[in-house]
Amino acid sequence: MLRIPCPHCGERDATEFHYGAAAGVDYPTDPAALTDGEWAAYLFVRANPRGWFRERWFHAAGCRLWFHVERHTVTDQVRTVREGAA
Amino acid sequence: MSRRLPTGGSRIDRSRPVTITVDGVEVAAYHGDTVASALLAADRPLLSRGIYSGRPRGVMGVGVEDACAYVQVLSGGGEPMVAATTLEVHDGLAVERIAGRGRLPAGDDTTRYDTLYGHAEIAVVGGGLAGLRAAVAAAEDADGARVLILDDGPALGGAAADLPADSAAGRELRDLLTRLDGLEGVTVLTRTTVTGSHGHGRLVALEQRPHGVAKRRLHHVQAVGVVLATGSHERPLVFADNDRPGVMLACAAADYVTRYAVLPGERAVVWTAHDAGLHAAVELADAGTEIVAVLDVRETMAGPLAAALAGRGIALHLGAEVTGTDGSDDESGRLIRVHTTVGSFDVDLLAISGGANPAVELFSHPGGRTRWSDEVAGFVPDVPAPGQVGREVVVGAAAGDQDVVPGWRETLQPPATVFRADAGDPELVFLDPHRDATLADLRRAHAAGLSSVEHVKRFTTIGTGADQGRGFGVLAVGVLAQELGRPIEEVGTTTYRPPYVPLSFALLAGRNRGELSDPVRVSQAHDRVAHAPMEDVGQWKRPWYFPRSTADGLEDLDASVAREVRAVRTGVGMMDASTLGKILLQGADVGVLLDRVYTNLFSTLKVGKVRYGVMCGPDGMVVDDGTTARLSGTDWLMTTTTGNAAAVLDTLEEWHQTEWPGLDIALTSVTDQWAVVAVAGPRSRDVVATLAPQHDWSAEAFGFMDWREAPVAGIPARVLRISFSGELAFELHVPSWYAAALWDAVEEAGAPHGITPYGTETMHVLRAEKGFPIVGQDTDGTVTPHDLGMSWAVSRKKTDFIGMRSLARADARRPDRRQLVGLVPLDGSSRIVEGAQLVAHGADLTAFPVAMAGHVTSAYPSGHDGRPFALALLDGGRDRVGEVLDAVDDLVPLAVRVTGPVSYDEQGARRDG
Ligand SMILES: [Zn+2]
Repeated sequence: MLRIPCPHCGERDATEFHYGAAAGVDYPTDPAALTDGEWAAYLFVRANPRGWFRERWFHAAGCRLWFHVERHTVTDQVRTVREGAA
Repeated sequence: MSRRLPTGGSRIDRSRPVTITVDGVEVAAYHGDTVASALLAADRPLLSRGIYSGRPRGVMGVGVEDACAYVQVLSGGGEPMVAATTLEVHDGLAVERIAGRGRLPAGDDTTRYDTLYGHAEIAVVGGGLAGLRAAVAAAEDADGARVLILDDGPALGGAAADLPADSAAGRELRDLLTRLDGLEGVTVLTRTTVTGSHGHGRLVALEQRPHGVAKRRLHHVQAVGVVLATGSHERPLVFADNDRPGVMLACAAADYVTRYAVLPGERAVVWTAHDAGLHAAVELADAGTEIVAVLDVRETMAGPLAAALAGRGIALHLGAEVTGTDGSDDESGRLIRVHTTVGSFDVDLLAISGGANPAVELFSHPGGRTRWSDEVAGFVPDVPAPGQVGREVVVGAAAGDQDVVPGWRETLQPPATVFRADAGDPELVFLDPHRDATLADLRRAHAAGLSSVEHVKRFTTIGTGADQGRGFGVLAVGVLAQELGRPIEEVGTTTYRPPYVPLSFALLAGRNRGELSDPVRVSQAHDRVAHAPMEDVGQWKRPWYFPRSTADGLEDLDASVAREVRAVRTGVGMMDASTLGKILLQGADVGVLLDRVYTNLFSTLKVGKVRYGVMCGPDGMVVDDGTTARLSGTDWLMTTTTGNAAAVLDTLEEWHQTEWPGLDIALTSVTDQWAVVAVAGPRSRDVVATLAPQHDWSAEAFGFMDWREAPVAGIPARVLRISFSGELAFELHVPSWYAAALWDAVEEAGAPHGITPYGTETMHVLRAEKGFPIVGQDTDGTVTPHDLGMSWAVSRKKTDFIGMRSLARADARRPDRRQLVGLVPLDGSSRIVEGAQLVAHGADLTAFPVAMAGHVTSAYPSGHDGRPFALALLDGGRDRVGEVLDAVDDLVPLAVRVTGPVSYDEQGARRDG
């Protein structure tokens, strides 16, 4: 069972959370200025690294905070947390 | 003949006789016996038969390492395939011997199973000497860790419990148990097998409670640190005809004496590759078995064990091997003769011991890697997975430690590694008795070009039986290595995965079955409508329709819905709409958020007004719709579809927190705080006026999409003039504890007008006639607001909203996109089927593939005019009104005509009453 460290509640079972995929994908400031290709890249194209991956989690059945976690995609180790942001 | 010894038996209670039934025959046993020990005591060594070969099989082991003795439990709820070596007896237990595979009992499993959640600072798996040392040390530490000990035996002690009480191990065990007794914060679970180690300190364990109310419990344990003291399993040796009743693991044979006072044989040959087999020979001899020969594959032997055998007059043959066995001709097929390199012996027991496999399964589950150790003659833990470092530790025999039992190591002779691959007729050398897989199967796999242990496992099925290779797995790896001419450390083991022992689905479900399989949500007015047939909408139970008694009996769905529709279209109806999702949005910037999440403009909405909105995902596809009322300068009330409330709230939270945290907004679910009754139909104004006479409810004073606070039948309420049916309609929102009172008041006020309660089916018919789509039924994640004909709800003034950029893509503007249309049957009377495929009229349905132009999303047998109609998604549908197509269900075509999505009151003339 993956244990996710919520910055507000501490470490809890992953079943209390919703997964929010890759972190750091900001909503474009002016979507209308983007080409179809750039917009598609924002919508659909994500890195899928083997190793450490920064991702978002939502404590849906808890304090309802969105936050960042770094997870190793091979070992499922979890480390460092930063609140907020995309 | 009984093989029960007159004294001894650490696990049985002779004062508590128990009778069980095996294949309909009563078998006497004692409390504490297993089915296997009871049958051995009764001298009935035949326990099962080969799944394919039908060969007689007996008991080889004493615990989870046994690979063949599975029985079908007939008593209680019944259960297929339970290990006889771990199934404890109790009065009334009835079992049946099986051939390799059980049968799922026909009835419901009524046995009670419970699920428990536990937390510990240190979880110790295995309560033998090594585990107890770790547990006591952790609990006696200055910080006094909370310790949970899980052991699969009926009592703590592990192998030490089988050693003499006055031995060094026996004395240490007593000392540890005494110290444990006095410690706070130590929890002990016996008869509890950890079935999986799932990483991050999570263990899942199966607790057997043969005498409990709940027969089994599933424990989910979360620990900070995990100590794996899982011990080792005895490994067999191979030879031809190695699967007969009477061939038994040597230490297991000795354990039957110590634990159950059962003598597993009168005359025995012992064949071993390490000292434990010699210890077992001495124990068996002292218990009364005549040991006619001890064979040791090792060439030299010194020390006290050789002397102990010599002192008992037992012949020890070094460098000797077993080559085959004979069995009896009778039904039992039991062992009668052993052939060896030093002669043949007439015996009824062949005790074999090929060494000890450290129980590394739980270490391996989260990714720990093992290595072969010649010193241990087994695979031992090597490299832990990164997640195990600093969290999990393996101790004792599981770690390959040969010094667990005090004094053992001083006299230890190095074990031999023996994996003979030339042991007689390969068709008779069984490498997985449960799967009936043989050395010949393994050679066939090799001949087919397979060399990976994982491939060989799948080709031969070796290790895939219910014992998951605990008995023969490593042995088979060793034999494969010899066949391949490669060292065993290169071949390696197959991957160990949970569960370590079988878990039944009924146990996993626990009490979450039937009514408790999912939470049930009901409206606060439920007892007023509970007599109606219910429809499941997400977790909610909603009245589906309200059948009336007639002279012909209770109305069916179609008759009831036709009457309910007529009532709303011509008079007045009422429905419990409390399950609507409701979200309270508060803050100075709610308008900004709504402008971004809805496709249309919301920030301009005035207090006292309600607006309908559509929400899209960033990909431009519709995800939900609903209305939002502006309650005040800062407070807004959003309604969502019943099944989508939680998802919409989550989405709003996500956008707010992750993209626009600067906005002043707070979001609260108020679904359960407000009850809603919808009053719909041309006479609804009269009903509301009766309920709230102090207000003017005329269209001029209270227009479409207005809301106001007004006491309704004396209840503080919000009244909204919104309509999901096209008729004049009001939604009455009251604090939910008034739900029943409101329902009663509306019923009473509506009685003079013949007010008719209606359910979800009528609501669906009414909205479908108006062409209002239901998100998730008429949409499927590929549908834009334009596809639904809702371009009017998509702002062209806003600079952005979620999905706007996607809707600007050329693909979103294609004229041949699948669009919402209406359908009527060409014959005016045939029912259209929901989900039917739309194809060209007269298309040859046998000429695959048949081009599909769309599908029916909603279909109803009758609308206001009593005729069937449907909604559908159709390629380029808006330009195809009037066209005739075939709606195909199960290869039966029905000619339908395409219409616009709105089939009733297209001008919207009826909403003001
Ligand atoms: Zn939290």
